[in-house]
Amino acid sequence: MNFTLKIWRQESASSKGRFETYKISNISDECSFLEMLDQLNEQLVDKFDKPVCFDHDCREGICGMCSLYINGRPHGNDSGITTCQLHMRRFKDGDTIVIEPWRAKAFPILKDLVVDRSAFDKIAQEGAYVSVNTGGIPDGNAIPVPKVKSDLAMDAAACIGCGACVATCKNASAMLFVSANVSHLALLPQGKIEAKERVTKMVAKMDELGFGNCTNTGACEAECPKEIKLSNIARLFREYYVASIS
Amino acid sequence: MSNFFTSSLGKKLIMSLAGLFLCVFLVVHLGINLLLLSNDKGEVFRVAVHFMTTNILIKIMEIFLFGGFLLHIIYGVIVQIRNWMARPSGYAVSNNSQTSFFSKYMIHTGVIIFIFLAIHMANFYFVKLGITTPLEGGSNPVQDTHDFYNMAINLFTTPAYSIFYLVCMIFLSFHLLHAFQSAFQTMGVNHPKYSPIIKWIGNIYAIVVPAGFAFIPVYFLFFYN
Amino acid sequence: MSEIKSKIPQGPLADKWTTYKSTQNLVNPANKRKLDVIVVGTGLAGASAASSLGELGFNVKIFCYQDSPRRAHSIAAQGGINAAKNYQNDGDSVYRLFYDTIKGGDYRAREANVYRLAEVSNSIIDQCVAQGVPFAREYGGLLDNRSFGGAQVSRTFYARGQTGQQLLLGAYRALNRQIKAGTVEMHNRDEMLELVIVDGKARGIVSRNLVTGQIERHFGHAVVLATGGYGNVFFLSTNAMGSNASAAWQVYKKGAFFGNPCFTQIHPTCIPVHGDYQSKLTLMSESLRNDGRIWVPKKKEDAEAIRKGTLKPTQLKEEDRDYYLERRYPAFGNLVPRDVASRAAKERCDAGFGVGTTGLAVYLDFSSAINRLGKKVIEERYGNLFQMYEKIVDENPYETPMMIYPAVHYTMGGIWVDYELQTTIPGLFAIGEANFSDHGANRLGASALMQGLADGYFVLPYTIQNYLSADIRTPRISTDTPAFQEAEKSVKERIQRLMSIRGKHSVDSFHKKLGKIMWDKVGMARTKQSCTEAITEIQALRAEFWKDVRVTGTPDELNPELEKALRVADFLELGELMARDALHREESCGGHFREEYQTEEGEAKRDDSDFMYVAAWEYKGENEEPKLNKEVLEYENIKVAQRNYK
Repeated sequence: MNFTLKIWRQESASSKGRFETYKISNISDECSFLEMLDQLNEQLVDKFDKPVCFDHDCREGICGMCSLYINGRPHGNDSGITTCQLHMRRFKDGDTIVIEPWRAKAFPILKDLVVDRSAFDKIAQEGAYVSVNTGGIPDGNAIPVPKVKSDLAMDAAACIGCGACVATCKNASAMLFVSANVSHLALLPQGKIEAKERVTKMVAKMDELGFGNCTNTGACEAECPKEIKLSNIARLFREYYVASIS
Repeated sequence: MSNFFTSSLGKKLIMSLAGLFLCVFLVVHLGINLLLLSNDKGEVFRVAVHFMTTNILIKIMEIFLFGGFLLHIIYGVIVQIRNWMARPSGYAVSNNSQTSFFSKYMIHTGVIIFIFLAIHMANFYFVKLGITTPLEGGSNPVQDTHDFYNMAINLFTTPAYSIFYLVCMIFLSFHLLHAFQSAFQTMGVNHPKYSPIIKWIGNIYAIVVPAGFAFIPVYFLFFYN
Repeated sequence: MSEIKSKIPQGPLADKWTTYKSTQNLVNPANKRKLDVIVVGTGLAGASAASSLGELGFNVKIFCYQDSPRRAHSIAAQGGINAAKNYQNDGDSVYRLFYDTIKGGDYRAREANVYRLAEVSNSIIDQCVAQGVPFAREYGGLLDNRSFGGAQVSRTFYARGQTGQQLLLGAYRALNRQIKAGTVEMHNRDEMLELVIVDGKARGIVSRNLVTGQIERHFGHAVVLATGGYGNVFFLSTNAMGSNASAAWQVYKKGAFFGNPCFTQIHPTCIPVHGDYQSKLTLMSESLRNDGRIWVPKKKEDAEAIRKGTLKPTQLKEEDRDYYLERRYPAFGNLVPRDVASRAAKERCDAGFGVGTTGLAVYLDFSSAINRLGKKVIEERYGNLFQMYEKIVDENPYETPMMIYPAVHYTMGGIWVDYELQTTIPGLFAIGEANFSDHGANRLGASALMQGLADGYFVLPYTIQNYLSADIRTPRISTDTPAFQEAEKSVKERIQRLMSIRGKHSVDSFHKKLGKIMWDKVGMARTKQSCTEAITEIQALRAEFWKDVRVTGTPDELNPELEKALRVADFLELGELMARDALHREESCGGHFREEYQTEEGEAKRDDSDFMYVAAWEYKGENEEPKLNKEVLEYENIKVAQRNYK
């Protein structure tokens, strides 16, 4: 297969970026999107050009490092996947593919398609944890947890922190990410104890870092590689209101 | 609690509560408007208007109503500006994600409704207060600043106004199609069993109420002697 | 350099760890504040160690090359984590877990370490539950278990197919809590490139800020490596793209011994290779073997027809299928340990019974499980794995059997450490996959997560204090001292040297060539000849690399090509050591299979009289042969026998 790629190139955080157009040919349809970019980079290195920088690591859809806004969709034109799980068979031969970095005030571009998502870490550091030290812990079966709750908690905990929710949201809102963290812990008896403090601090941090607000468009849910549900955002609201009035 | 009103979530809650309050108001308003259709030269309508403009309880509610409008609009604008600021440079390719269509255009439909509201107020409410004067001419001469019946008939028999009114009602419907169920989501109501019902009620509301309003100019344009 | 001293405490096996803990030296709270510890790597071992040390009151600096500590590759572990809880009442115990692990490791692991691992395994589950790890539960609200390869009890705890992710996020949460508390300082996108030794003790690291390219110096009273394994030496593996051996390799060159480098685990259930552009192999969890049955066609002509695409696997009758694991190992069946399953797959494919277009694949079939349990149950158990398979291969595994083939997955070898997890360089510790300690020649499924967290939460926070207690009077050493300056200089020279070659071939092209040599000659089956060839070929490739590699860009920017070049340069040296180790070990054990040494039935044939030791390699200088040191393994509590899964 052959493709025309329009890729955002930007030297550094402070420099101005632009789109560059590249042609790439003889791509197998079984090839993953990132492997296609690997081949482009081989071409560029061959010409002594600088390869396109993009984040990636595990290449099996779990580390959350890969990003890329491809033809108007984070992680490309498929649902429930990360960019590394996108395969070229999802495109048509001869397609033009526009590749952009995640764009949000809270995710500044570092270079080309690489953005800084440490804002997510900062939000998590505000309270996405249970304050227990290592050791001196009761037996794992000491507190039974209803399977339904535990399963819901797992659904929320599946978040990989990739930032697709922010990237696709028209408001660059981090609400799905925050709600997944809050929901996961609020649903478990272990996390319940600090629930009020947690949600208050995390929401305050999220606001401070410049993420937008939620307007319930549902784009985040549609693009989340782990298919985290909007119901988590509703739970975030509830948790927050309860924490605020009590 | 002090941070609540400035937090993103607090703002959203206020917006949605105010919005739902306005939804209730719309039903009342529609009920009165439909009285225009009764074939009695506006007798029932005048009684209702008289009640609405003089009753002390309604007067108190009016303050809340204005508060609701103000909160909804001001918070809506603040939230929107912050949302725009959250993405200072946009994408080259516009978003192709699967989203609820109307949710993307709330500020746009909101602005249209606001313009409508301003004109609407100038036509009726401000006339009552003596700030504006009623429309000149028209088939039914306006007797006094409280004669909403003739003011309405004069407007609705003007085709340009009626079409404007109809278009605005369509946008109101668009706004409500997202707003109603979204308000519940913002209040934290999201349940696998009940949310679809809320959505269903919301869709009916968003179609029936604006359609009810829209029926009146249609009636006056085509069926009024 | 130092003698090999494993420092195993005296006394009965079951009391060793307790004895150690009650007699070790500790550091009092006031002094902990004065001590700095550097942790490199934020996976299960690194994050759990850093958070635990932070909670104790030490000043911790932690480093990762990824953009966030949550990305470390522990996250990709799917199946589960073992613990000897015996919640299922099926006869499990600390001793049994210990025994299974030693046996699974083909009697090449240290008894005392493994026993300690089994002992603390239960605390790990408690710890993780307390942190809010959403382990799978039964309807009564209690924790659920499943079984894994190499065990006859159900002792594996899991969180869907994302156990590694959930455990890592648990450790990440604990780490975040300490970052917020100010006890841990996080350095992301910051890669360690050199160890700093002052007066014979590890005292810091030199790292490169991957965003700015700046070379940084960091001091620590002790340094802990939690940098994972070196499977990426094979280029294609289930490791993350960035997983590398550079930190481990640099400390080896500074004097830390490297233990059993040839012990590599080839995982039997990976998605087969499909093209030469491929960058990585995807693992399908071992848990699939609980319900999936592995087979190839009985007749060669059927296998050929399937490869050509004229026959579909679903058309093949039951009696024409060869469930070779069930046939060869009736007692364990499809749940034999990984090395056994991998070799059996290779044997069938080499014999011409392989399927897929390349003939390098076998079937993992769920049809009988779906008939028995219903599609819904299978979907609940493995839904996300099936979906992942379908996204990659574009085939529906509910309808047609999955294709799998072995791939490089884990390295049992690593930096040699003593009982305290300290390397031969005082003050330098290695934990998790980075060390060699607990898995012998083959790791059992669901044991890596257990070991990483055991080391980080429950072992290192104790043992490091025994070392640091002697250091309470050592003030912080300035990073302007000659040792730091020199370390920085050597890093800068290495980078400069790479940048200035400006050759013709990309870094990846060298990495792929190295990977091919390693897979063909030091892979699933090795011979004296293949290992000898590998050494010569790697040497030649390395010389070519340093003459002809092309690294674009500059050192002062985000430059993935340079990052890769630095890593591949180290892989090119490590690969040779692996081949050397494989060559010297004239026996077959666990993941190390020398074709010359096998039983008549094709099973690995150990040589306990000559090779029951850990090969701890000592660096002797560039282009010098490394020196082999031996740590003899003594089994006082287990009767060494040939592994039998029949």
